[in-house]
Amino acid sequence: MSEPLLRVEAVSKRFGGLLAVDAASLVVEAGGITGLIGPNGAGKTTLFTLVSGFEKPTTGRILFKGRDVGALAPHERAALGVARTFQIVQPFAGLSVRENIAVGAHLRHPRRDDALGKAEAVAERVGLADRLDAPASGLTVVGRKRLELARALATEPELLLLDEVLAGLNPSEVRDIVPIIRDLRHSGVTILMVEHVMQAVMSLCDTVYVLAQGRMIAEGPPAAVTRDPAVIEAYLGHGAAARLAAREAAHG
Amino acid sequence: MFSPDIVIAAVLNGLLTGAVYALVSVALTLVYGVLHIINFAHGAILTAAMFAAFFAHQAGIDPLLSVLFIAPAFFALGYAVQRWIIGPASHGDDRNILLVTLGLSIVIENVLLAAFRSDTRSIDVPYGFSVVDLGFVFLPMPRVIAFGVTCVVAALLWALLTRTDTGKAIRAVAKEKLGASLVGIDVTHIYAVTFGIGAACLAVAACVLLPSYYVNPRVGTAYVLVAFTVVVLGGMGSVPGAMIGGLLIGVVESLSGLYFGESLGQLGIFLIFILVLLVRPTGLFGARA
Amino acid sequence: MTGPVNTSPRTSLLAAYGPILAVALVLALLPLATTANTVLNAMVLALLIALAGQGWNILGGYGGQFSFGHAVFFGTGAYAVALLQSRLGLNAYLAFGAAVAIGAAVGAAIGFLSFRSGLRGSYFALVTLAFAEVFRIVANASPWTGGASGALIKLDMRPENFQFASRATFFWIALALVTAALVATRMMERSRFGAYLVAIRENEDAAKALGVNTFRVKLQAITASAAVTAAAGAFYAQYFLFVDANIAFGTWISVEALLVPIVGGLGTVFGPLIGALALHGLAEATKALAGRLPGADLALYGALLVLAIAFAPNGVQGLFNRLKGGFSTRRAA
Ligand SMILES: Nc1ncnc2c1ncn2[C@@H]1O[C@H](COP(=O)(O)OP(=O)(O)OP(=O)(O)O)[C@@H](O)[C@H]1O
Ligand SMILES: [Mg+2]
Repeated sequence: MSEPLLRVEAVSKRFGGLLAVDAASLVVEAGGITGLIGPNGAGKTTLFTLVSGFEKPTTGRILFKGRDVGALAPHERAALGVARTFQIVQPFAGLSVRENIAVGAHLRHPRRDDALGKAEAVAERVGLADRLDAPASGLTVVGRKRLELARALATEPELLLLDEVLAGLNPSEVRDIVPIIRDLRHSGVTILMVEHVMQAVMSLCDTVYVLAQGRMIAEGPPAAVTRDPAVIEAYLGHGAAARLAAREAAHG
Repeated sequence: MFSPDIVIAAVLNGLLTGAVYALVSVALTLVYGVLHIINFAHGAILTAAMFAAFFAHQAGIDPLLSVLFIAPAFFALGYAVQRWIIGPASHGDDRNILLVTLGLSIVIENVLLAAFRSDTRSIDVPYGFSVVDLGFVFLPMPRVIAFGVTCVVAALLWALLTRTDTGKAIRAVAKEKLGASLVGIDVTHIYAVTFGIGAACLAVAACVLLPSYYVNPRVGTAYVLVAFTVVVLGGMGSVPGAMIGGLLIGVVESLSGLYFGESLGQLGIFLIFILVLLVRPTGLFGARA
Repeated sequence: MTGPVNTSPRTSLLAAYGPILAVALVLALLPLATTANTVLNAMVLALLIALAGQGWNILGGYGGQFSFGHAVFFGTGAYAVALLQSRLGLNAYLAFGAAVAIGAAVGAAIGFLSFRSGLRGSYFALVTLAFAEVFRIVANASPWTGGASGALIKLDMRPENFQFASRATFFWIALALVTAALVATRMMERSRFGAYLVAIRENEDAAKALGVNTFRVKLQAITASAAVTAAAGAFYAQYFLFVDANIAFGTWISVEALLVPIVGGLGTVFGPLIGALALHGLAEATKALAGRLPGADLALYGALLVLAIAFAPNGVQGLFNRLKGGFSTRRAA
């Protein structure tokens, strides 16, 4: 079998007394959309900070295209082709949308004009073309999410880590963004996404991993994972799966 | 080598100086702990308080007495400066607070310079040259008094922070500004109170310092640079850290003055300062970053 | 405080550099209008501060790293140009170039130590302040630097010694240095380096995620910043043929270097120049009015710093733009 794009092997992260990620493993195959779900505080964002290099794992290995990237700084991983968005958006607030995206574009385009051109192209793709000269601080919530996506895309990544880009959006905004993500995948970008909006997960992801209290408790196609008793218990509490099954039986 | 008596005397003298450093530093660290910003006007406020004590003495009031109204006056002044100048002028941006306090320090120092020229002045008090005889070493009375007063202020401050509602509010704001404001604490008010307490501590330091020292428009700078060192050493925002750090620096300065001479003793402080900043910016005692 | 949003990033070369050349040409005519030494002297000083401030602006205005100790670079340049000539007998122009290089090296060293340790905000301001003090104390005590009495450059007024009888010549040289710094800053603004530097100012984590080696960019910025401010210091020593520790490494220059870009417009090409001309004009005016009270000018500067932050977050330029705001036409992208 060929090497997956990303392989996380038994990675743990300890913050003082808290084991935020506990020997979690996952595999992201090139070309697909992989989901990472789990209750609040499960360690999903922490796992992203480990993969993108903002934190170093306490134990375990992270392999990107077969290469151990555990010791690399965030900018070095970005150069290899790993881009991330932030759950709490981090715009360059004082700069225009165009300048924001151009910072990302500069990674592969040293010349100013090329980077600005690339920024315009990316803005077109995520639906920000008419906001290019607006200050980033003036964008709406969905605008900021688009910007977060655009900047990451501008680095021309092979692996894109999306941390809850749909959170805080209303249903019609979600319907606007989902096709953009699908379109990215068709253009060859591999995506690993953390998401709470389940319809989006169901419709976008090929494979879903479930993290609960730092541990990977399930993986598989979305439909199967959401029926997994362990997953239901993780979300709804102990005994929930049995209660649901009993109720279904009673109605059935 | 020096005899043990001389070294012990140097250590004790260092502790006496260190107590004043501790007081100046506690004021600085308290403000940092709550506002999360270095108050660059710290030295200038100390200088201003020393001038106040000086002129009170000219009017016939001993600094140990005048402290009773200079300290409250500086509390009010500090409160007002934070509430109506630093706060509004900085629009809530940390970098701006930094610059505003820098601007204030320049204004205060140079207004004092314009008013009183760069002359160095000192005062005579009846106990100025008396000593405390410990048998093997004589300690100058004014510094022993300074040490005593510092201990009292430290105790009062401790009681204020741990026992009173205001103190609890201050600690709450220091920990979690947003949370504190959600439970109904007036954060702007607490900022100003903290700044006021800092200024009052400086006023006390000024009053106990003056009898054994001198005053000129630049005098605070020397102290505040030491205070920066102490605060970084003790961990920014840590009150006990500032106490211990102050005493430590006093002793280090006194000993390095003994072994290397005065001007290099000062250099030693800066080198420690830079080293601590670079190697362990969380402070020797590992307080929060 | 952040720089204004650049709404027309792909301006033509003429629009980018034309204003700089125009300003330089107009200023260059000044010695033809007056030969009064006091005026020229004041202008040389103002240009010098503009240059020192342009150095600060690169690191502080564009990069958001506020140094409170730029005197360390100014003083290094000043002492280097003096000592290289008086102690090592180096030619004045070579000494000037070497002084800039040494200033840059000091900047790189301080930057390496500070940024490696992750110092920002208050901590970075403090450590730069402390470095300036260390240099001041050492220069004041060491016999090699001339101790408290300072260092002299031997008076030998010949052009090959970088010494000129006419103030106008010095004025034109200072203007050339400032113009070079303006052009360099504009080039930086239009480069990847400039975009990265501004990104770090706005949000360091986001910059890292986008592949910016923030440590290296900050290191380059402080090196360039130190070089420009060191050039101002070297020019100062060459102009007065004298330098001592309290001038070279004193707080006054740390303050002026940060004040002029803040007053003129932080993170803008013309900010430091506008700020320096405005401040020195004002200082001259107060001197005329209030006489020579010691400290009066600095007290005024301090007050202006507070006022600028309170009421003109984008400096004089920002105020001006706000005033004409209503009918300014914005170029479409
Ligand atoms: N830098 C840190 N220091 C200490 N604890 C941390 C740190 N970052 C995260 N944590 C803790 O680790 C745990 C996992 O947090 P994380 O943000 O990874 O969860 P998450 O799955 O992304 O949750 P959410 O769905 O709410 O975003 C939480 O208990 C959090 O408080
Ligand atoms: Mg999260």
